[in-house]
Amino acid sequence: MNKKNSMTAKNKKDIALCAFVFLLPVLILLTTYLLYPIIATFVNSFFQWNGISAEKKFIGFANWNKLLHDKDFWAAFFNNIKVMVLSLLVQMPIGILLATFLDAGGRKFNFFKVIWFLPMLMSAVAVGYLFRYALATNGGLISSLSELLGGKNVDLLGNQKTALFAVIGVICWQFIPFYMVYYLAGYSSIPEDVYEAAIIDGATRSQYVTRIALPLLVPTIRSAIILSLIGSLKYFDLVYIMTGGGPGTSTELMATYMYKNSFVTFNMGYGSTIAAGMFILITIFAAVVMRLLRGKG
Amino acid sequence: MKQEINYENEQRKRTVAWAVAMALAIIWFLITFIPFLFMVLTGFKQKLETILYGAFHLPETLYAQNYVDVITDKNFWVYFRNSVVVLVISLVILLFISACAAYPLSRFRFKLRDPIYLLIVAAMSVPIHVTMIPVFQMTIGMGLYDTIWALVPTSVAFATPISVFILVGFMDGIPKELEEAADIDGCGRYARFFRVILPLSAPGLSTLAIYNGVNIWNEFIFAFTLTQSNENRTLPLALWNYQGQYAVNTPMIMACLSLSVLPMIILFIIMQEKLIKGMMAGAVKG
Repeated sequence: MNKKNSMTAKNKKDIALCAFVFLLPVLILLTTYLLYPIIATFVNSFFQWNGISAEKKFIGFANWNKLLHDKDFWAAFFNNIKVMVLSLLVQMPIGILLATFLDAGGRKFNFFKVIWFLPMLMSAVAVGYLFRYALATNGGLISSLSELLGGKNVDLLGNQKTALFAVIGVICWQFIPFYMVYYLAGYSSIPEDVYEAAIIDGATRSQYVTRIALPLLVPTIRSAIILSLIGSLKYFDLVYIMTGGGPGTSTELMATYMYKNSFVTFNMGYGSTIAAGMFILITIFAAVVMRLLRGKG
Repeated sequence: MKQEINYENEQRKRTVAWAVAMALAIIWFLITFIPFLFMVLTGFKQKLETILYGAFHLPETLYAQNYVDVITDKNFWVYFRNSVVVLVISLVILLFISACAAYPLSRFRFKLRDPIYLLIVAAMSVPIHVTMIPVFQMTIGMGLYDTIWALVPTSVAFATPISVFILVGFMDGIPKELEEAADIDGCGRYARFFRVILPLSAPGLSTLAIYNGVNIWNEFIFAFTLTQSNENRTLPLALWNYQGQYAVNTPMIMACLSLSVLPMIILFIIMQEKLIKGMMAGAVKG
């Protein structure tokens, strides 16, 4: 009896040791590249520091106080919110419509599916450059269209009032295919029998979609919304390349603002504060959204 | 009689509905496709053509010089080689260590299992920007700044949490009996991982390879902050440098863009469903 006990104890130790060996590389990597940097960012947020000299000056909450009263940061935050709300309102309905169309058509519409998916194949950098030129005042697509119709050149990206909307349009252009495929996967997870039973009971295709399929898709829609909401708070590449945050602060986002402070003007102390602030805001936001949307079961 | 009219009405309604759906589908097709067409065709234009004649004017001649210039540019191939090196090395390391970590999390019971798993899941939602300044400092400290080796650990580290998460789910689905059989045959825990679990995880690993491969290939922000000189930069930064060099030469930049998108499009043509599935792998995050 005693022997057996010590055997299992030894076995347990063996298991723990083996697990530790297997987990070690990942744990080392995550500690150095994720855990330590997060802590370091919070520590740096209390210093005045240009990032190059070894000299750091402790300034307490001065950076945080500056952040709370920094009009540009809050402008960037509200731009993030605008991006979030508008991309949700545009991406979700169009994504569902396209998926419904593809689901109804089956293999016949493979051509549409392939072409509609194309924007997803481009990196955010490439999309940013493409539209920087496609929306250019001289020789851009919209300008040329407007000229063709007898109008004048249109400067979407150079105008403070339209720049953010143009950027949001491009974000939607790139991400709608993602949600389309996501919903399509949701549709195809509905068993064939459900459709057949509905048709036998005399439902039309549109009745099947609105009364049976969409209610069954609610969990998919919910997680797509979470993905879109949280993703919107982190945008960087595309916007940085298309507009660099300008004109003025009209397309500045939290991430571009953080980048500029840290790596363009080398104010790394304050840059850390912005990054830490972003981290806090995103974490709170993610927790609230998950609770609200998941809570409904 | 009445029945028949109803039927005809229904039929007409359905035709109209399809016509509307088709029209919308074609509009969306145009919205998606025209920017691509603009990109490829503009690449065939001469320097000032777009500005002089607008975007809808077809190229005067099929001026392929831009494409030739990009392909014969030595720098382009340096960027390309760097991207391939970073991609291959990061991917091999990433898949191996993620599988290693997923194995005990899926199969063993030990005290710290739940806290470690939770930590990894939580790490998935960390915005990478919060790590940038310390990672920048660390990279300089390690003497890796402005080398392509700076990009390997970042590519691996930020892709690890989601990869481990997906692989744990995948390994949970591998029947325990297979491992028990190997156990009886005298396979130890380490051998079971290499001989049973790792080979059986191949489908999960290949999906992850596509998902992470696309992300690493397109990675911009760390490549942008951790490297500086042309010979150590990756393909996404080729665009950045070309833009600095040829800012007013729209056709040249569009040619470079088209060529940078080409590998993905070829991959997409070869393995459509698999690529879509792979690119959607990260969607489980929600």
